[in-house]
Amino acid sequence: MYRVSVYVTPKAGVVDPQGAVVERALPALGHSGAHDIRVGRYITLEVDGSDAEKVKADVDDMCRRLLANPIIEDYRFDIDAAEAAPREGA
Amino acid sequence: MTAGSVRFGIVVFPGSNCEYDTHHALCTFPEAHPYYLWHKDRDLQGADCVILPGGFSYGDYLRTGAVARFSPIMQEVAAFAKAGGLILGICNGFQTLTEAHILHGALRRNRGLRFVCHPQYLRVERTDTPFTGRMRVGQVIQVPVNHNEGNWTAGADRLQEIEDRGLVAFRYCDAGGNAIDAANPNGATDNVAGILNEGNNVLGMMPHPERVCEEIVGGIDGRALFRSMIDSVLERRGG
Repeated sequence: MYRVSVYVTPKAGVVDPQGAVVERALPALGHSGAHDIRVGRYITLEVDGSDAEKVKADVDDMCRRLLANPIIEDYRFDIDAAEAAPREGA
Repeated sequence: MTAGSVRFGIVVFPGSNCEYDTHHALCTFPEAHPYYLWHKDRDLQGADCVILPGGFSYGDYLRTGAVARFSPIMQEVAAFAKAGGLILGICNGFQTLTEAHILHGALRRNRGLRFVCHPQYLRVERTDTPFTGRMRVGQVIQVPVNHNEGNWTAGADRLQEIEDRGLVAFRYCDAGGNAIDAANPNGATDNVAGILNEGNNVLGMMPHPERVCEEIVGGIDGRALFRSMIDSVLERRGG
């Protein structure tokens, strides 16, 4: 099994209304130096399997087709083996 | 129930909430026969037109329309689109059609994160389509908007192509028909309120034409759209 972290962010050049609102709000808290704020989404999941390459391919498919909208969003992900790999031939 | 011959299948997802309004509006046209299709159906039941109504399908979780896209009926809707069937997506239905890649672009949160709910002027850009045949180019119609994610964009690379092909059906404008930024309720690129597919048989729009089909509810500017669809179906049959 693998623990997967997916990061979805607005594509460069795509207007991010949430980021723009946060950017306008921060100076009210005294943080006048914060800029280029982009708001995305952080998704965690666990994926069964023992083949890291297959899990990567599966997660990439999930990202392209559902977790992100590639027209307006970029994504990247990390995977970590969550337990010892199952024994060969199991 | 009307006894018309033009069959309008209205797709109901969990969380749709404009299907009754749409059904009611269509019942004011004697030629129309509206009926509901459940999202788990795999049969459009002989639809001449399919409507994806407004609402909050699947709670708008993840992204608006993102999960509705995978409903069983959407495979039939996609095949219907390919075959040239008339499909109208209103508000959440528009969002679902973009998520399904049946229409170009994507709909982001409104500029300023403001939910908009008010009468809105639209300029008619095309009349050579089955949805706008009973309108005039440049005509200004008033149709309500009611959404949180209507900020349409297509990404810089596709935008020019979409404009070049004339896929924009309606733009947000002021009372005089000027598509200015001050008349843009949500920040949509180029004031796009509704777009067509390349075959002109699929239209997605954020405003709600079904809500302005009777004087008693404040306007009838939505009637020309449904009238155009009905006439288009009848003309096809007659031809």
